[in-house]
Amino acid sequence: MKVWVYAEADGDKVTTATLELLTKAREVADTVEAVYAGSAGDAVAAAVGAHGATKLFVVDPGGGLHGHVAGRAIAQLAGEHNPDAILFVQSYDGRDAIARVSARLDRPVLTNGMALSGEGGLTFGTAIFGGMTLVDAKFSADGPALLAIRPKSFAAEESGGGPAEVVNVGAVDAGTAGAAKLLERHVEEQQGPKLEEASVVVSGGRGIGASENYAPLVEELAKLLKGAWGASRAIVDAGWVPYALQVGQTGKTVKPKVYIALGISGATQHLVGMKNSDNIVAVNKDGEAPIFSVADIGIVGDVHKVVPQLIELIKAKG
Amino acid sequence: MNVVVCVKQIPDPAVPGALEADHTLDRSGKLILDESDSYGVEMALQLVDAAGGGEVTLVSMAPNEEVGGLRTALAMGAAKAILVSDPALGGSDALSTAKVLAKAIERAGEVDLVLAATESSDGYTGTVPAQVAELLDWPAVTFAKKVEVAGGTVKVQRQTEAGYDEVEAPTPAVVSVTAGVVEPRYPSFKGIMAAKSKPVDNVTVADLGLDASQVGWSGARQEITNVAEAPARQAGEKFEDDGTGAEKIVAFLEQLKVV
Repeated sequence: MKVWVYAEADGDKVTTATLELLTKAREVADTVEAVYAGSAGDAVAAAVGAHGATKLFVVDPGGGLHGHVAGRAIAQLAGEHNPDAILFVQSYDGRDAIARVSARLDRPVLTNGMALSGEGGLTFGTAIFGGMTLVDAKFSADGPALLAIRPKSFAAEESGGGPAEVVNVGAVDAGTAGAAKLLERHVEEQQGPKLEEASVVVSGGRGIGASENYAPLVEELAKLLKGAWGASRAIVDAGWVPYALQVGQTGKTVKPKVYIALGISGATQHLVGMKNSDNIVAVNKDGEAPIFSVADIGIVGDVHKVVPQLIELIKAKG
Repeated sequence: MNVVVCVKQIPDPAVPGALEADHTLDRSGKLILDESDSYGVEMALQLVDAAGGGEVTLVSMAPNEEVGGLRTALAMGAAKAILVSDPALGGSDALSTAKVLAKAIERAGEVDLVLAATESSDGYTGTVPAQVAELLDWPAVTFAKKVEVAGGTVKVQRQTEAGYDEVEAPTPAVVSVTAGVVEPRYPSFKGIMAAKSKPVDNVTVADLGLDASQVGWSGARQEITNVAEAPARQAGEKFEDDGTGAEKIVAFLEQLKVV
């Protein structure tokens, strides 16, 4: 079996989620190859090679959005090289790319994957209803099978392989898919560790009451614990905090050593993004809130009382 | 300027979801407008206002002739709706859905912009907007948090992992918007009354020139091989806060050597 991975990089650093897919691809396939759109081909070839890819197709995205241009390029390359399956990260660009390939080749997609097995053809595992129900699915369509997988579904491990052989595809005619032009990138300054990488994550939800309570409760506790701070969709939608902080189905998937949910009810949308954390602490007024069904320790109480006490106690410990 | 908004009518997310025997989502209860779509409807109304003319058309699909959610969006101010309703649509996957929506958008006539949510709240495949764009052979920009249209160009601030990108595309284009980018208006009483008489063009799959085999279960070309309950997390402890809640958390964090 030949499996391709759509490789994404942040600058010249291949994303961890890409490396996770390559590691899994090694397990289910004899041949693993990758496709990348961007200008850091050599650095990407080294990283994907070290995780099992033997070949890297490098596409010049021009001024276009990477996912859309890569999608058109992958559709064209797949016709020439016939991979059995193509894996995409469930990311912004990964979703664009898989969608373009799907419509271009008339192949269905499965997304939000969390498991993949090669026994008896590719079986794809996903979770629905906030991760409470597991579903396995298979394609009956002709290949390539198009699969998008959530970050942190697998561990990334090196294969000991050397750099992947670079195949320079150059610029592709992406037509209207390439007509959306990237004018400028804005990086929003982020304090503290990244949400996806922090060993402690403290998130706030509607129960914190108002946007001005976010900093003194959620951020303050996270900083004390040298962790990152996040949010439920409810308070992102309400405009209290930026979208970049959202943990959940539409936001980030986190898997820290400790996840502390403050005033979060635990809608399925949120649970799917954090329920695989090693340890979960929840504080919520409503004792019936679903968050308590996944919490290792739950305090039924007012975050405005419990959190300031918690902050004082931790400060007192130095 | 004419804007089409793709909207979905979904089972109330506040009610626990269930699967039918054929593994499709149980949609037998009351269906409502997906809250994620209310942002696209609001943005479309604002864009048409800013352009000083034109109208907002809703496009939706459903296996039965459900219109409850559409009436909500019509009451917000959309002018009309195209509803593709056909028993053949049951079991449709994202690509089949995109095929149907793309055909329905073509039926809407002169369109400058198609707006959609980034994903539905019930199925959340998250690929439909870009699939629609590919089928229409249009540019697409997903995850927009700000959208402006002027002189045949749509300017978008697109969410990224690290911040946002400024992106520009010629119209017509498909743009998916994230939740929370605008404040969806509440329908006024007048709007609700007016919505009752706004036109809903009810069409079948055949009306769109699609074959029934391209949609529903046969179009999806996938099978569910197993459905199981996820292993439950080890039941944790829950305490009413009697003033010692914070101490209990500290003790727990100490055990984990986090403090």
